[in-house]
Amino acid sequence: MTKTLKPVDVVLVGFGWSGAIMGQQLCDAGLEVLALERGPWRDTPTDFATGFAQDELRYMWRHHLFQNLTYDTLTIRNKVSEEALPMRRLGSFLLGTGVGSGGVHWNAQIWRFLPTDFMTKSHNQKRYGKRAVTEGNLTVQDWGITYEELEPYYNQFDLLCGTSGKAGNLKGTIQPGGNPFEGPRSMEYPTPPLKQTYGPTLFGKAAGELGRHPFPHPTGNLSQAYTNPLGAQLGACTYCGFCEKFGCGNYSKASPQTTVLPYLLRKQNFTLKTECEVLKVELTPDKKRATGVTYVNSAGEEFFQPAEIVILSAYVLHNVRLLLLSGIGVPYDPHTGDGVVGKNYAYQTMSSVNVFFDDKIINPFIGAGAHATVIDDFNGDNFDHGGLGFIGGAYIAGMITGGRPIEMIYTPQGTPDWGLQWKRAAAKNYLRSFNLSIHGSSMSTRSNYLSLDPTYRDGHGNPMLRMTFDFSENDLKMSDYLTDRASEVARAMNPREIKANRRSRPWSVVPYQTTHNTGGAIMGGSPKDSVINKYLQVWDVPNVFSMGAGAFPQNAGYNPTATVAALAYHSAHEMLTRYLKQPGPLVQA
Amino acid sequence: MTGDEESPDAPASAPVDLHRRRFLLAGAAGIAGTAGAAMAVHDGALGKPPQTIHGDMPWAAGSADSPPGASGSDYRYFRAAELAFIEAAVARLIPDDEVGPGAVQAGVPFFIDRQLDGPYGRGDHFYLGGPWPKGTPQQGYQSRFTPAQLYRAAIEAIDKYVASEFSGTSFAKLRPEEQDTVLRGLESGSIALDGGVDAKMFFAMLLQNTKEGYFSDPIYGGNRDMGGWKMIGFPGAHYDYLEWVERYGERVPYPPVSLKGRPGWRKV
Repeated sequence: MTKTLKPVDVVLVGFGWSGAIMGQQLCDAGLEVLALERGPWRDTPTDFATGFAQDELRYMWRHHLFQNLTYDTLTIRNKVSEEALPMRRLGSFLLGTGVGSGGVHWNAQIWRFLPTDFMTKSHNQKRYGKRAVTEGNLTVQDWGITYEELEPYYNQFDLLCGTSGKAGNLKGTIQPGGNPFEGPRSMEYPTPPLKQTYGPTLFGKAAGELGRHPFPHPTGNLSQAYTNPLGAQLGACTYCGFCEKFGCGNYSKASPQTTVLPYLLRKQNFTLKTECEVLKVELTPDKKRATGVTYVNSAGEEFFQPAEIVILSAYVLHNVRLLLLSGIGVPYDPHTGDGVVGKNYAYQTMSSVNVFFDDKIINPFIGAGAHATVIDDFNGDNFDHGGLGFIGGAYIAGMITGGRPIEMIYTPQGTPDWGLQWKRAAAKNYLRSFNLSIHGSSMSTRSNYLSLDPTYRDGHGNPMLRMTFDFSENDLKMSDYLTDRASEVARAMNPREIKANRRSRPWSVVPYQTTHNTGGAIMGGSPKDSVINKYLQVWDVPNVFSMGAGAFPQNAGYNPTATVAALAYHSAHEMLTRYLKQPGPLVQA
Repeated sequence: MTGDEESPDAPASAPVDLHRRRFLLAGAAGIAGTAGAAMAVHDGALGKPPQTIHGDMPWAAGSADSPPGASGSDYRYFRAAELAFIEAAVARLIPDDEVGPGAVQAGVPFFIDRQLDGPYGRGDHFYLGGPWPKGTPQQGYQSRFTPAQLYRAAIEAIDKYVASEFSGTSFAKLRPEEQDTVLRGLESGSIALDGGVDAKMFFAMLLQNTKEGYFSDPIYGGNRDMGGWKMIGFPGAHYDYLEWVERYGERVPYPPVSLKGRPGWRKV
């Protein structure tokens, strides 16, 4: 028996970064907001306190903060002709769950996409011709929004987090020490950049000698104490090296817990319910309006929660699945190219180069989630792609996030994975090696998409999400080119040897790569080729908003979170200034 | 917060409170009937009780989620023959020498035993529902077995293979070079095992668990005397390196520390 609850103005489905930001923005405007989170409550002193936060086995390998797949996972395959099978164990990406979700165990790498990244199709077509954006079944699109429109909202996220960094472009003037390729910023970072340890410093020096433009990675691992506009206080990062995949016990990493929740949870018009999983967005019979959501709690009780506005603020994969399960929008069909929901699923094309020294102690355990010196010379369209046969790029980071030994011991080319030879190589190289990370873009293609699985069902009896994905020719060419550029910098550090770990096909769910899944509920200028408009409002059901990286028509060579947050702030602004006065489509189709 | 539920018998089209709609100046809310299909009941063991948080941060005494650790010294999962296999196998994966302890010396067999006896062994965080086709290598772990079941089935199947290939003996009794040959055969998948065991999948799990036992915090029963950490120079659960950030090329002199401190701290 489904119980019907008292209506609220807004229901948030999922309570990570997007949910926290939307909750704060809408509650401040006086709306009554209810957040439904399917995982548990989590907070610093109870769930990842300093006394037990630095536990590699528990958090990384036993997935203590990640989604438990026991009763809900997704199915995976490389191509349409294969049978998708369930992802039985997390690997390639580490899905979040619980309050704060991925915002708890992210690296806090804070990037803005390039102005041209928002015009992937039109910009590259103009510069390199039509084939550059279509060859190899590419289905890249423009976002329907510009960097200039989003810039104030990127600032808002920087102020929330207290982002540590150095601007490279202030209002069009290039600044020494920052990223000269970035879009113009209207303000400097709230706090100065993190100091760099030996490895990233060696990387920066070598990159500079090669004529590249090194700068410190912008980050929400704070370089100094900071109080944000909501009154939340963060402390300086201590470089403990347990950051990404872990919660920060030190209040040094920006997360919903450290930046928003102490403020939001004290507001009388905000309520959070944990262990409540939304199964469906309910629609009026004409499917033009959402009436609320149906959810079930961990006691098995089912409820209907009426709401004027439904905001999907769960992770990409859950948002897309919920759209499909709710019958919102037309599902994408890779055979015809028709439909939009599930279209343009993309990922991130990662590769790396390990660097081994004989004479230099690197101390890799001194690290932080975004502790790196970076070059952006070969990202996006920061370089001439003429004759290269691909679009897109990557940043290259001399990066030390930590030296956690189960995960992060590098051994030279040709070392076996076990036995005496492995052991001696581990003992010899651990302190004297580190890693260059190549963080590549992922262009959408016709055959990479998300849909409902025909066979496997979750614990509620609903079809699981099915992911069909492989790396495109375009992205592998890009990744090879970028790995060569990273290898040049690696050699210029004069190490004993290097090892390039290239990306190849087929994509495998086994080794960890990155939790940057994008697309499937993409934004755009028209309902013909996108699910949501530039305000993240669903074209077909205007009182439903779909947040997160599902909005990305393809993925740029940067970490997605700041763009996810900026899109949320932009959406909230439009909701408050226009939608509430006149609920309905914010963009005419 | 309680009392937010309307009566289940309330009409589905109950008018929305106009006061709360002061910000929503237009748009009628026709509340649709919501009777979804009866859902399978959520497995309560997976979730904490549902919680409604309103008006303040929900801090509560005694709610810290501290790590489980391992205690005692007895074996709880492995049978004698299985333990013989495990000790022999991990001794080849991480042999003992002057560079550092071997996996046996570091307590890896005990670590794996306790892991298999606990939530990991039971398949916590694994999806194990059917159907169970074999799948491609890219699709990763595809088995109905929990890790504990896989170890049991695999060890039996490997000893059966060894008995047939090496005239009746068991893996533990092979010479080290022969053990390495068998392990390499499992690693590459060139050895086919009975009992529905995927040799490569088992080898990958065994190697991973061995490195976990060698390098995880000693509270879990492996990494005895922090020998794995000492071998490579990892200071362990050290919390603050700020003063070392810009001391380029210097060795950090701290001996490793576990979540429960280090032995030296107990000396008076």
